[in-house]
Amino acid sequence: MQSTRDTPAEGGRLHPWPVRIMHWVNAMVMLVMITSGWGIYDDDVIIRGLHFNQWFRLGAWAAPSLQWHFAGMWLLVFNGLAYLGYGLATGRFRERLLPIRPRELVQTVIDTLHLRISHADLTVYNAVQKLLYIVVILAGVSQVVTGLAIWKPVQFSGLVALLGGFQTARVIHFAGMSVIVGFLAVHVALALLVPQTLWAMLTGGPRVRSRFARMAET
Amino acid sequence: MRSPFRPDVGPDRALLDDHRRLVGSLQRRGLLRGGLSLGALTMLTGCDLTSSKSVQDALLAISGLNDEVQALLFDPTKLAPTYPASMVLKPAKFNAYYDVDKVKPVDGASWKLELGGLIADKTPWNVGQIAALPENEMVIRHVCVEGWDYIGQWSGVRLSTFLQRVGADTRAKYVAFRTADDYPSSIDMATALHPQTLLATKYAGETLADPFGFPLRLRMATKLGYKNPKWITAIEVTNTYSGGYWEKRGFNWFAGI
Repeated sequence: MQSTRDTPAEGGRLHPWPVRIMHWVNAMVMLVMITSGWGIYDDDVIIRGLHFNQWFRLGAWAAPSLQWHFAGMWLLVFNGLAYLGYGLATGRFRERLLPIRPRELVQTVIDTLHLRISHADLTVYNAVQKLLYIVVILAGVSQVVTGLAIWKPVQFSGLVALLGGFQTARVIHFAGMSVIVGFLAVHVALALLVPQTLWAMLTGGPRVRSRFARMAET
Repeated sequence: MRSPFRPDVGPDRALLDDHRRLVGSLQRRGLLRGGLSLGALTMLTGCDLTSSKSVQDALLAISGLNDEVQALLFDPTKLAPTYPASMVLKPAKFNAYYDVDKVKPVDGASWKLELGGLIADKTPWNVGQIAALPENEMVIRHVCVEGWDYIGQWSGVRLSTFLQRVGADTRAKYVAFRTADDYPSSIDMATALHPQTLLATKYAGETLADPFGFPLRLRMATKLGYKNPKWITAIEVTNTYSGGYWEKRGFNWFAGI
């Protein structure tokens, strides 16, 4: 059983419980932000001809969509700050997402194009995964910053100027959403292709030794 | 039996008015139930969530909370960016809850501005008297809740100047407006006293055209477009929250930018 494999050198689960909670809270609130954002978007579209079908929108019209968006933002920000704080303080980001070696990146892309996708070891991310996770975390941060600029363009007029103006901030906010939705599509598709990953995010996954434990052995 | 903890004298009526909104929005049971429903129902985004009463109540409670947060974020000394006159859009962009061909022009000769509430001198004003007030001009960005924006050039008396002139109690919480197009509105006193809050009578140096609120409209650099009523007919200084046309339909009340 699991307990017999526990040795002092082995650490906690692949996804400790705070990560799992923050992941699913984020998944929920991201859906709220994306779908309510689509409801707000439709009154003044950024890409001519691009509308989001009512079925995909949260809120029957702009007012409820705005209410959802400005309620969800609190959960997004607090959960996001907790996640960033946790990742930085525990060293999880450094351990799981770094380093990214360019050669490894190229090799992974080539392998993927040849449909050689290996998920034998859930505990190690390949270079493409690392890059995608970093990109989506930065996109999340960017959404909060550009969102703040659009929400309060006078109180944070310096931020708006830094972003290149009010409409540019809106476009960046829209682009950030597109990046997150793109990530979501790949992320969910791969999680369904390799269901162990989904299971691991629910139950914690295999026990892993931290980098520090490995370093201590050598 | 009368509770020994019950005070002999009830609270001041004005205090109750002050907090009626807050009390109304903070029914603990409603908030709890709403919060739970909000959490559970967000998993089902395909359904028509917003038709559920408890979800609506929770969203409105959070919108009320956001009003308080925005009041804290609002810096009464911070000026909105201004722009060169060359960037001004002419004519201004029309937007209302009806189309421009439904605009009913106001007759300037018979128009009166009525005053009410916590104001010492409630004598009505006419167009000539308003025109004689000190005039300020600002070239500012109009930001619509829908997402579009334009640069506009507005002139008129500062609302703060006007409120002082008529002896308004500027310690009151709200300034409320009634309009000829039945578009009630209300704002917080801090924004009313902001130097870039004007009772505008001109656009781009010329008397306001009919679609844009002739003879008098509100123009604030620090709030979204829908907070700026046109064709104002009455101003009231009050401690009682009265919301507004879009606010009654779910838009956020403070709407600061």
